Amino acid sequence: MDSHAIAVTPGDHLDHGEHAVSHEHPAYLRHHFESVEQQREASAFGMWLFLLTEIMFFGGMFAAYLIYRNWYYPAFVAGSNTLSITLGTINTAVLIGSSFTMAMGVWCSEVRKKSGLVLCLSLTILLGLVFLGIKYVEYKEKFELHHVPGANFSIEKFVHPEDPKTPALAADMAAKTQVYFSLYFAMTGMHALHMIIGISMLCYFVIRARQGAYTNGYVQPIEYFGLYWHFVDIVWIFLFPLLYLINRHPK
Amino acid sequence: MVLDKGSNTLQEKVDTGEHDAAHAEPHIVPPILYIKIFSALLVGTGLTVGAAFVDLGAFNPVIAILIACIKAVLVVLFFMHVFYSSRLMKLTVAAGFFTFLVLITMTLTDYLSRAWGLW
Repeated sequence: MDSHAIAVTPGDHLDHGEHAVSHEHPAYLRHHFESVEQQREASAFGMWLFLLTEIMFFGGMFAAYLIYRNWYYPAFVAGSNTLSITLGTINTAVLIGSSFTMAMGVWCSEVRKKSGLVLCLSLTILLGLVFLGIKYVEYKEKFELHHVPGANFSIEKFVHPEDPKTPALAADMAAKTQVYFSLYFAMTGMHALHMIIGISMLCYFVIRARQGAYTNGYVQPIEYFGLYWHFVDIVWIFLFPLLYLINRHPK
Repeated sequence: MVLDKGSNTLQEKVDTGEHDAAHAEPHIVPPILYIKIFSALLVGTGLTVGAAFVDLGAFNPVIAILIACIKAVLVVLFFMHVFYSSRLMKLTVAAGFFTFLVLITMTLTDYLSRAWGLW
């Protein structure tokens, strides 16, 4: 909209010559871009640069995880085995499902199906909320078991396991399960924060999509928000085996 | 060299901007492909969980990471459309993952080799 306002000022004609006068540009083409194609390329490039910083942000935590897992492996096995594989697997499927609905949303936007786009974005919000709900149940259990690092942390279940098949840890190694749970809460917590931000943005996109904002050929906001959402999905694809599936067959 | 090529690609886009009407529409990935990728990701999740319960020794984490990498590549290539993107975009994405690998490799090289010869 603002691009049009500027494109018709005389000064702009000096830069663009006959180009700005002779062609009818879509309203969403910003005045500082030559073409829709260039605008799309620049936006995608910018979004990917942002995602690269995100890779390094999560990368730092993954590096810390690998080092401490190497140092305190028995504590990491014991901590990992307290997590529910069932809930973790369901959540993985839910999140992959939300990525699928997001991808379908991009397709709806591309082929200009307004109701389909609203449905896909709403389903993505719903699946995101289901994921966070399951995460809440998992976090709540950790608080009840005193498995949240800090003053109330209890090593009791690791030193004297209820299940006789679970190997008992010495007190010093059992204390290191706090390192595992610190990383667990830091990584899944940061991941959940990204989802909360994503869901908030999706709510805005649903409102705008209902007004027809993204089914008029202007796919970029949906497509590049999709990149963010898929990135969050990829982070979870790695978090799930690394946090939930450490040595699930203790001898 | 490689970086020069990337910026050339961007420059070419600028130069050929007037012809955007010919290729203004991006490649539209058909829903059937999204469904296939979605199914593959679910199968991958199942395989990861299944493999975790089989005792493969040192290969358990290797298999888990391998499956996760395959799933991530599928998401990046098709859900994130990198497969259909320009070379500049492919290079950007590759640069990100390369930098991440540098972070992991250099850090672990130090930590894993620090005590060598002292055992």
